[in-house]
This record gives sequence, structure tokens and C-alpha cells, in this order.
Amino acid sequence: MANTFAYAETRGGELRRVALEAVTAARQLADASGGGEVHALVVGAPGVAARAEQLGRYGADVVTVVEDPALDKYSPEVVAATAARLIDAGNFRVAVFSASAQGKDLSPRVAAKLGVSMISDATSLEVKDDAVVSHHPVNTGKVIAAVTLTGSPAVVSVRPGAIAPAESGSTARVESAKPAIDPASARVVPKELIRGNTAQLDLGEAPVVVSGGRGLKVPENFKLLEDLAAAFGNAAVGATRAVTDEGWRPHSDQIGQTGRLVSPDLYIAAGISGAIQHLAGMRTSRTIVAINKDREAPIFKIADYGIVGDALEVVPVLTEAVKEAKKE
Amino acid sequence: MKIAVCIKRVPDMETRFKIAADGKSVDQAGLKFDMSDFDGYAVEVALRLKEKEGQGDVTVISLGPAVVQETLRKALSMGADRAVQLEAESVPFDGLAIAKALAAELKDGGYDLILFGRMAIDSSNQTVGPMTAVLLDLPCMTAASSLEIAGGRATARRELEGAAEILEFPLPAVITIDEGIARPRLPSLKGIMGAKKKPLEVKPAQLGDVHLTVARMELPPERTGGRIIGEGPDAVPELVRLLRTEAKVL
Repeated sequence: MANTFAYAETRGGELRRVALEAVTAARQLADASGGGEVHALVVGAPGVAARAEQLGRYGADVVTVVEDPALDKYSPEVVAATAARLIDAGNFRVAVFSASAQGKDLSPRVAAKLGVSMISDATSLEVKDDAVVSHHPVNTGKVIAAVTLTGSPAVVSVRPGAIAPAESGSTARVESAKPAIDPASARVVPKELIRGNTAQLDLGEAPVVVSGGRGLKVPENFKLLEDLAAAFGNAAVGATRAVTDEGWRPHSDQIGQTGRLVSPDLYIAAGISGAIQHLAGMRTSRTIVAINKDREAPIFKIADYGIVGDALEVVPVLTEAVKEAKKE
Repeated sequence: MKIAVCIKRVPDMETRFKIAADGKSVDQAGLKFDMSDFDGYAVEVALRLKEKEGQGDVTVISLGPAVVQETLRKALSMGADRAVQLEAESVPFDGLAIAKALAAELKDGGYDLILFGRMAIDSSNQTVGPMTAVLLDLPCMTAASSLEIAGGRATARRELEGAAEILEFPLPAVITIDEGIARPRLPSLKGIMGAKKKPLEVKPAQLGDVHLTVARMELPPERTGGRIIGEGPDAVPELVRLLRTEAKVL
């Protein structure tokens, strides 16, 4: 019985939600194909072994821990070599990564080291006979490709948010391993991790995303969206490309074709006209609310609920109403 | 500095795609094509590095049928010095198969830098750059949103979800370029005229075996939006009611 590999991404020694998604995806895959073990890899500075217990709860049977003081930050070459060595040495049919920023850097390196092709940004995952089949959004999400990957092991990166982390209540065996290459020999050296606003939920993980466009007129007005996000309590603030190009908000907050792709339970677009570039990043949200002065704005065509009006007037009223609703 | 930039011809995304009769590709009729967005940034980065040094050579490479020459000519008209078409009937979906063809071309090129866009906006796999780096055994940085080069070393920044990281590496290296780093210039008339005289070499692509294929393409379900519930702040109570009772998100 072949096993399934999962890479558990960390940041600053903490597991990221996408790590639990990858382990959950691996567990579901293993269970659907008649069993086999899930082996998770976690890499970090000494102390990261403490994360193994949680990975076990989400379905890992074995957690391989690689601890080294030099691995407090993501070191691409060391992690890729270590993951490739583990996958190569084990009996793995599929190796699951997240299609997060780190996973998109790591997974193709691992696949190439193993000499195999890979599926990127999968929104579904299944082993069928001698192939792995997945769905993968292409053309900025306007087309969905059903893709087939032959060969073993199959490397797959899973779209963040596509698979909900689920506890399955197992206890993992913990094994420790050494990095496959000496971290000091890595050519690509991580120098610094710059943390954003850690008080704010990540855009890709927040159940509610409140997003602003040029209709907010000046950068200071994003405070209104921050207040609305705070009223929800489980929201993150995003922006359009026009806004990040202007430097009103950091580049990493951009939602769209060339920025972050999000699909929260609720997406509130404030002062956003709905350029195709933006719609590509949020059209799969479960419920979309649009607030815009222009009744003809394309955003209304995909919004479940539209309010025609000035976002600067509507948002503060909505914030108060959400606060009231949350009290009840 | 000798720089290679690998670019892809992709359909314009500002369009309503239709699925072709084969059920596994996009209907090409009426589509406009251009260089993939991120590849434009990569070309711009290469040109700026060359300009900053006051010398250098920028080669643009594209894999595919004869039509990719259009995209190569665009890069030449922006200011690239030479172009190579790696001739293939079509571009496979399999990143490793493409990376093998590119690595074969790049291997003995003596490049200090090999640039890619962060991803091709059509296939959205984001694998060819780092795979090519592994095949060439070169240091690799993906999704660089800033880049400084001095004394044979590079420092680059990558945007993460709600954070960013800075990495350092020696040249020669493979770098994939994120947007925000350098807005691509438009070709000047002089550039367009000059591009016609620049060398464009055609070679057969030495593609690797294809293991990743598209079995089917489909359009995502249409959103049934378009419901305007009111005007101005007065519409807020109705919105809150709908969010609670209908959408059940509040």
C-alpha cells in the first residue's frame, strides 16, 4: 500500500493553516485509495517538533521533523532537497504541497529534483487507476481544466482554501531527520522575514474579505474598511490593483488576476467598479456584496447584493449595523 | 551582463472564453494574443539591468509554433537584442517537459541571469522557472517583487500571504518576476522598426516526455448576480437582513 506525503508549511515556527489543509488533503487521498500512511514533513528551528501533535490530529500517521537553528526561516534549497530525499526514499504515490507563495516556490523544485511532472493549484484531487486527476483553474479562473498526471510519485500543490482542514483524531509517530544538505551550503540564503499586520487575518484565510477600490478616493479612507473588518471580527482587508499601484495599500493586499485569489464566505467590494483583472481574484467568493456609486459598474453583474451609493457613506452605516448584529 | 528572458504568448484575458470542439482547449476564434503579463515585467527588468550597466545582451526565448515569433518581435521592439524560437507544434501543459527544452537551450548560453514571469497567465502552473533552475543546477528565486544586483550577488524580495521575505543568492541565477517590480515599457516606433532587423533564430524544441495533460476544459458556473437591493445608507438594514437570513453569513 503506497503512502501519501504532505509538506507542513510553517512561518516563525508556527504551522500555517495551509499546512493543515495539505495534511487533510493527503489524509483524504489516502483514505479514498484504500489506506496507506500519511507522512508529514515539518522543517524549522529547534522546537518545531512541538507541531507534530497537531499534524497528527489532522491525519498524519508519521511526522518527520527536521530541526536546525539555521532553518528558522524558509530556506528553499535545503527544504527542497530534504523533501525530495524523503519522498524518493519512501513508498509515496502522491506528495501534497500547498499552492501558497512558499509552496509554489518549493513544489516545482521538489518535482524537478525527483524528475517528475506536477499538478499546480489543484481544487480537487483524486487517484484514478494509474493517474492523478485534478481540477485546476486556468485563464484567470475563467476556465477550469481537468488535468491528468501520470507517473509516480505525483507532486501536487493544492489551492489554499480549496480543502477545509479536518481533524481525524489520530496520533502521529514522530521521527527526526537531518536536512539533506548542510544549510550553510545553500546558495539561496533567507535573510529576513518581514511580517505584515499580524493582527489582521490573512486574505486567503479570512471568512470575510472587505475590499476597497479607487472609489474610496484617498488612502486614509481605508480606515473605514478596517473598522468594518473589525466589526465582523473575522475579516481581512483587500484592495484593487489600481489602489496598490497607487501605493495606498501594500502590493500583497491586491486581489485580482495578478494578485491574491480569494474565495471567502462573504466578499464586500466597496468603491470597486469590477475590472476583469479584479473579478478574476474574487469571483468564486460564496456571497458578494457590492457598494458603488455607478449603477452600471460591472461589479453589480456578479454581486449577490448591490447597493448603489457612495461607499464612504454606506460603509460606516454598515459597520454600525454589523456591530449591532454581532451583539445579538 | 548576459540575460535570457523566457516568454510566452497567451490569449488576452479580457474576453469571454468558449470551449473548443475537442472539449479540452479554448476556442481560438476571435482571440487576441499578447505576451503573458508577468513576462512583460521580466523583459522590462532585463532591459533596465542592461541600461543600468550601460552594456549587456538580452535574449528572449519562446517555445511554440511560428506565431510565437510575434511575441518575440514585441520583446525585440521593447529593446531585447536577439530572439530564439524553440519550435514546437504546440506548448505542452506539462511544466517539466517545457523546462527540459528550455534547459537544453540555456545550458551552454553563458547567461548571468535567466528570467521568467512569475507564471503564465493562461496555464497558471507557475512551475517552469524553478524546474528549469533545478535542471540547470542554478540558484533560483521565485516571484521577485524587488531585485538588487551588486558584485555578482542578488538580493530579492518575495511577497507572502500577509508578509514578505528577503533572500540573497549569487549569479548566475534563475529569477521569476512578480508584478510591481518594473512596469513594462511600450515599444517605440523606432523600436518596432529596429526589431525587424534583429536576429531571430528558430530551433527545434527538445521537449521532455509529457505526463501532465488536459483531459477536459469547462467553464465555471455563471454567477447569478445583478440584484440591486437599494440606494445609499438606507439600504443597509435590508442588506444586513439578507446577509443573516438568506446568505447566512452574519
